[in-house]
Amino acid sequence: MALLKEQDHGTPAKEGAPVTLTIDGVEVTVPEGTSIMRAASQIDRPIPKLCATDSLDAWGSCRMCLVEIEGVKGTPASCTTPVRAGMAVTTQTERLAKIRKGVMELYISDHPLDCLTCSANGDCELQDMAGAVGLRDVRYGMDNANHFDAESRKPVDTSNPYFQFDPAKCIVCSRCVRACEEVQGTFALTIDGRGFASMVSAGAEADDFFSSECVSCGACVQACPTATLMEASVVEKGVPTRSVETTCAYCGVGCSFKAELQGDTVVRMVPQKTGGANEGHSCVKGRFAWGYATHKDRVTTPMVRERITDPWRAVSWEEAIAFAAGRFKAIQAEHGKGAIGGITSSRCTNEEVYVVQKMIRAAFGNNNVDTCARVCHSPTGYGLKTTFGTSAGTQNFKSVEKADVILLIGANPTDGHPVFASRMKKRLREGAQIVVLDPRRIDLVKSPHITAAHHVQLRPGTNVAVMNALAHTIVTEGLVDEAFVAERCESVDFERWRAFVAEERNSPEALADRIGVEAETLRAAARLYATAGNGAIYYGLGVTEHSQGSTMVMAMANLAMATGNIGREGVGVNPLRGQNNVQGSCDMGSFPHEFPGYRHVSDDATRALFEKAWGLPLLNEPGLRIPNMLAAALDGTYRGIFIQGEDIAQSDPNTTHVTAALEAMDCVVVQDLFLNETAGYAHVFLPGTSFLEKDGTFTNAERRINRVRPVMREATGLSEWEAVCRLAEAMGYDGMTYASAAEIMDEIAELTPTFAGVSHARLDAGGSLQWPVNDASPNGTPTMHKDGFVRGKGRFMVTEYVATDERTNRHFPLILTTGRILSQYNVGAQTRRTENGRWHPEDILEIHPHDAEERGVGEGDMVSVASRIGATALRATITDRVPQGVVYTTFHHPVSGANVITTEYSDWATNCPEYKVTAVQVTRSNRPAEWQEHFRDVHERQFVVAAE
Amino acid sequence: MKRQDIVRMANQIADFHRSYPEEEAVAGVAQHIRDFWDPRMRADLAELLAREETGFNDLARAGARRVVAEDRPAA
Repeated sequence: MALLKEQDHGTPAKEGAPVTLTIDGVEVTVPEGTSIMRAASQIDRPIPKLCATDSLDAWGSCRMCLVEIEGVKGTPASCTTPVRAGMAVTTQTERLAKIRKGVMELYISDHPLDCLTCSANGDCELQDMAGAVGLRDVRYGMDNANHFDAESRKPVDTSNPYFQFDPAKCIVCSRCVRACEEVQGTFALTIDGRGFASMVSAGAEADDFFSSECVSCGACVQACPTATLMEASVVEKGVPTRSVETTCAYCGVGCSFKAELQGDTVVRMVPQKTGGANEGHSCVKGRFAWGYATHKDRVTTPMVRERITDPWRAVSWEEAIAFAAGRFKAIQAEHGKGAIGGITSSRCTNEEVYVVQKMIRAAFGNNNVDTCARVCHSPTGYGLKTTFGTSAGTQNFKSVEKADVILLIGANPTDGHPVFASRMKKRLREGAQIVVLDPRRIDLVKSPHITAAHHVQLRPGTNVAVMNALAHTIVTEGLVDEAFVAERCESVDFERWRAFVAEERNSPEALADRIGVEAETLRAAARLYATAGNGAIYYGLGVTEHSQGSTMVMAMANLAMATGNIGREGVGVNPLRGQNNVQGSCDMGSFPHEFPGYRHVSDDATRALFEKAWGLPLLNEPGLRIPNMLAAALDGTYRGIFIQGEDIAQSDPNTTHVTAALEAMDCVVVQDLFLNETAGYAHVFLPGTSFLEKDGTFTNAERRINRVRPVMREATGLSEWEAVCRLAEAMGYDGMTYASAAEIMDEIAELTPTFAGVSHARLDAGGSLQWPVNDASPNGTPTMHKDGFVRGKGRFMVTEYVATDERTNRHFPLILTTGRILSQYNVGAQTRRTENGRWHPEDILEIHPHDAEERGVGEGDMVSVASRIGATALRATITDRVPQGVVYTTFHHPVSGANVITTEYSDWATNCPEYKVTAVQVTRSNRPAEWQEHFRDVHERQFVVAAE
Repeated sequence: MKRQDIVRMANQIADFHRSYPEEEAVAGVAQHIRDFWDPRMRADLAELLAREETGFNDLARAGARRVVAEDRPAA
């Protein structure tokens, strides 16, 4: 449970026709289906309760919430009794008071009376209810059989690093078990035993919380009304005394949290019920893995060095900025204005990103700005803009509650976007169906109470072929929504597409061998999507990180338009963004060809707008993308880079190429929390701020602009946007003097039509907003393209399948594909500096039993993974989650060198790297790869900080 | 940029546009390069065309020629 509470109405809100009743003589109108408990709560008649909380369905076990109803015998439970029109309810009578007190006596007779030393003291619903019913003594005494005295007490389970389980304090209300089932959907907890022996158990008897199926989302801890499940940080520090509402810094779900503090010290992060993205839920990262913000590895002082082999030297902000500006200016003087540029970060706020792109365009005088979305969702921007007219997903997350069939493509939300996955799983348990398109058997193929209707276990690299086969089925079997297409889409493009996909070569039968999936499975999946009601597509990097990433995005958009699955709740094309502010960093003009709001730099009217606002002429030519910057560095025409919060030496493909390019530059400036891998090749380090220190906004995958509020003071003494503005000024540009982050947002709103109605003041007053927020949609836009596409009519694109150039052969017979794991996050810079490392201390290679046997690889063996580009060594695990011929690993640990292997092949339209298809060979090995030894040398040489 | 990168990227762009009628396809390739390639990449492209690079497929070459021709007056 949470201190600094949001009101708990006891049972969930309902949608239905209004029903009027009286409670304690007060008339109240609520939606049909609402419980008496919730109705009473809404008129300030809170009814005592223990087993009820409004994130869970009513349970009716504690017997505390009894009420009297005129004309009804007995005392029904208010949590399980729905309202009726004309009902007259009484919440407090002598009889009710007596029953409640009696029930409390029973509870307390088996509960330790150690309130003053209990970690929940002041934050305990049991304590509150004892007070509410006026409990003064326990007639049964405290000496009977119980669970808390020394002889019977079971040990406190402290195996989980983030929370503890004290069975002695459990009242067996089942809130934790139900939270695990209903909210999280993991079903890790159960009530073991019967009667007096009943107790909460995480899995089998031998399991503790750490070894169980528990995913540490914290829902059980939040639901617990006592100290049975309690955050370790609260046990250690005590209850918080104030809270600040802010937004998580991890994945693209962008959960709202209350940071609960004592002074400036964070005690815990509690998911916010009113948060539009998460509605009170969280995952192990957002809920618990925030300790990196104060980790000893944080660098909080600017540093410089002449050469990358010199030790770092701590300097003042003034010296660091003068050093960086001096080098950048010298490069431009010798090699031209276009010889420098920069990269923005999706881990930074909209305001921070905006000032970096402005610095590059205005102070550097070129368009050499790119962002880490280049290597993840740039094809989403290209594909959805081409077909629909805007570079963003079409729905809010809540939309999934109305989906009837979900096409989940190249995404693993239970690991990558766990809070959204919980919503999706809830909908699936209600009866919606799911088709999983993934080479790997992810959890959503089969997990408790969920079985995918179809698992299209395609060969990596054949996404577009699959889409064409599905489209062929829809077109040739008469499943097109002709009315929708006729009204909403360009007819010439549609007819061209229809003719293309109808060709026999695009039939499931013709493509089945190439895809590696039975034709009938493809046909069945297509029929289900087209006919089962609301069809929603959700996708991830398994779509975009291919040589045909943009084609695939367009192919999905085609499918949605052809079936009329766009423009209302429950449908749409929905990218699951990797980082918290991928959408925002793209919105803010981070791509080299467009200004904020996705307007091309060659557009005279747009350029004139920015030139007037920024007070100088701007370049009308696109700049370099990240891979182009690296190539130009090796050519010698690109010699300086500003890197905001990104670790390209770990995250980008072909690590050896990346580091060679960085080594070739005269000035690399890194702005980050830690000396990341890229900082090993930097000349200037500008310390960055964690999300707990930032003031600004993040925009999540559903276009939701959320406030990020400073929870603690900046450890660095300077915000990131101020550091950037000072650098711009030192470069000779005086147009970046802001008094606050709010002022930066005001400038964004002035120059970006989709943000026209956004300001910090408005967000502070009314919560989040989903763009576009403008005169046409003053309160934002949860669902896009409702009455027409942003581009006018939807545009079908012909999506010819073109096989990647990356091919297997007898030297490299396996395909490596990569992904994320629940406990770690991307390059791991944050999560590796938390207790999350206990779940995933190293990256592991998954290999199919047959492939392992052929190579003599056993469980846990070290193996060499070699591609045409490079080799690394990893530990192997043998599993049939991956099909024969495919191996899989994560990329969270730098020493793993996952990107030493990946190639420079990329998406044709955006140069998004083809991380998901690399031909490799796997052999047993007993030593680190050459690159890994080099990696250790580099760390010894290039990460040294001089003693003060 | 390296020759093979320029050639590969241009050919990939052409592969997408190949399904369209020829004039539309050539225009599509040219527009894509114009919209997304930095001038120095287009200069590299022009140099490869001038050297009669043989790695381009026909559509890539046609699109590249068009964008290079359009760039020339501005140069």
